Amino acid sequence: MSLEQFKNRNVGTQNYRMLDLDPTPVTGWDKFKQVVRRSLSLELLVGLKVTLREMIKALFFGKMHTTKYPFEKLPIGPRYRAIHEMKRLLESGHYRCIGCGLCEKICPADAIRMDTHYGENQRKEVSEYTINFGRCIFCGYCAEVCPELAIVHGGRYETASEQRASFSLFEDMLTPIDQLKNQKEFPGYGSVSVQADKNIKKTPLAY
Amino acid sequence: MMEVTYLGVIIKAILILAIISAIAGFGTYIERKVLAFMQRRLGPMNVGPYGLLQIAADGIKLFTKEDFIPQNANKLIFMVAPIITAATAFIALSAVPVFPDFTIFGIFVPSIAADVNIGILFVLGMMAAGLYGPLLAGMSQANKWGLIGAARTAAQFISYEVVTGLSLLAPIMMVGSLSLIDFNHYNETHPWMVFMQPLAFVLFLIAGFAETNRTPFDLLENEAEIIAGYATEYSGMRWGMFFIGEYANMITVAVLASIIFLGGYTDLWFIPGWLAIILKIAFMFFLMLWVRASWPHVRPDQFMWLAWKVLMPLAVINVVITGIVIMV
Repeated sequence: MSLEQFKNRNVGTQNYRMLDLDPTPVTGWDKFKQVVRRSLSLELLVGLKVTLREMIKALFFGKMHTTKYPFEKLPIGPRYRAIHEMKRLLESGHYRCIGCGLCEKICPADAIRMDTHYGENQRKEVSEYTINFGRCIFCGYCAEVCPELAIVHGGRYETASEQRASFSLFEDMLTPIDQLKNQKEFPGYGSVSVQADKNIKKTPLAY
Repeated sequence: MMEVTYLGVIIKAILILAIISAIAGFGTYIERKVLAFMQRRLGPMNVGPYGLLQIAADGIKLFTKEDFIPQNANKLIFMVAPIITAATAFIALSAVPVFPDFTIFGIFVPSIAADVNIGILFVLGMMAAGLYGPLLAGMSQANKWGLIGAARTAAQFISYEVVTGLSLLAPIMMVGSLSLIDFNHYNETHPWMVFMQPLAFVLFLIAGFAETNRTPFDLLENEAEIIAGYATEYSGMRWGMFFIGEYANMITVAVLASIIFLGGYTDLWFIPGWLAIILKIAFMFFLMLWVRASWPHVRPDQFMWLAWKVLMPLAVINVVITGIVIMV
């Protein structure tokens, strides 16, 4: 049965399969017969069998579901949107942020605040950059809008803190300079897709 | 042969109280573990090895919680009700033999606290008197959920007392005695009662589940419908006493089923009697948890329908047929 059948909302044209159910008993004798049939067919024992089977599977065949959370953690996807990371350029080690301010503008929760100035070589430099994680809704717009892939979402999701709101400074989120060789090109939210080069087409001049 | 000394009786009473309380506490741990395994979870794991000390943590919590009495409650009855539940549950156990008689330090010890010759009647009567616990608790606490719980208590316990009594009547007719020790001796010369009275066994199990307030029939404190029923306003150790009483009753029913229907503490092939009955009681206890994990609650009207229109007629028919067979 394909999904199209369920999307058809026109009453009367759907093609449902009716279930074969026993007719509802009307007379007292029919009801009595139904009770006897259901009682003696031992359907209750089927329920017992199911739970015992699950117990044996769990205990002896390693099918236990529980993750002992603080000791064991499940892997999370690369596109998970947790606490932000600031990336560096792989070659020079300089931070990627060019101070364009797009993330500050697009942030719907007004969580990002940045200050920039012109550096010595007339390049915009970040003098102040904070994200208020008390306000951040982790929508991912900042990572999506960033033209340089400088701000991305990382995988650090354990963010319980003793303070109501915790601010993060630019340096806190920036990849430490000695960890630069471990920095991978980011595959997750806001990054260019793998087949990006293939998908690029020439702009048709007919427009 | 019987040497009933006052000291011996006192020692046995204290032992019953201590051991059954401990087992009732341990039973909560076992219940949580078994239910967890049946849902493929781990259950309590962090307090002590495999969560064994969870009982201690729960006990500390129960003892240190505030003992809360609602403003409009009938204070005396509210305070007495949990004691009734716990006390009747333990008193019922005094007439139940669990192990074969044994000799320790040269002293002959019959392993029953009070060998009354109406053992079954006494145990059933005590468990029936236990209904006053939930009933008074629910009525005294000035809470509508408690009141509904109390009403259900009266309906459920009184209905199922009938089924328990009638279902046990057939085995009693065959044995010709009300003493549980005679029941055990009967099993030494005959096959297990469950093979001769399978219907009575099933009826007794169903009624036993209803009287111990276990899951398919726990209408008294059905969380989904009436918060906690008769125990809604209780907290701390008073609530804990209801709990201990319930688990002691479960153990009583398990022991009764083992002795009357499953051969009691007679030796089984190579298994000595004391081990055999522990295994039987453990299985009956496990069965209660197993059923709780498997089956949903029944509706109160279905429940009454079951008692009066199905189980009671079946029990009566069973008694009549047994009587005819004995006569012929």
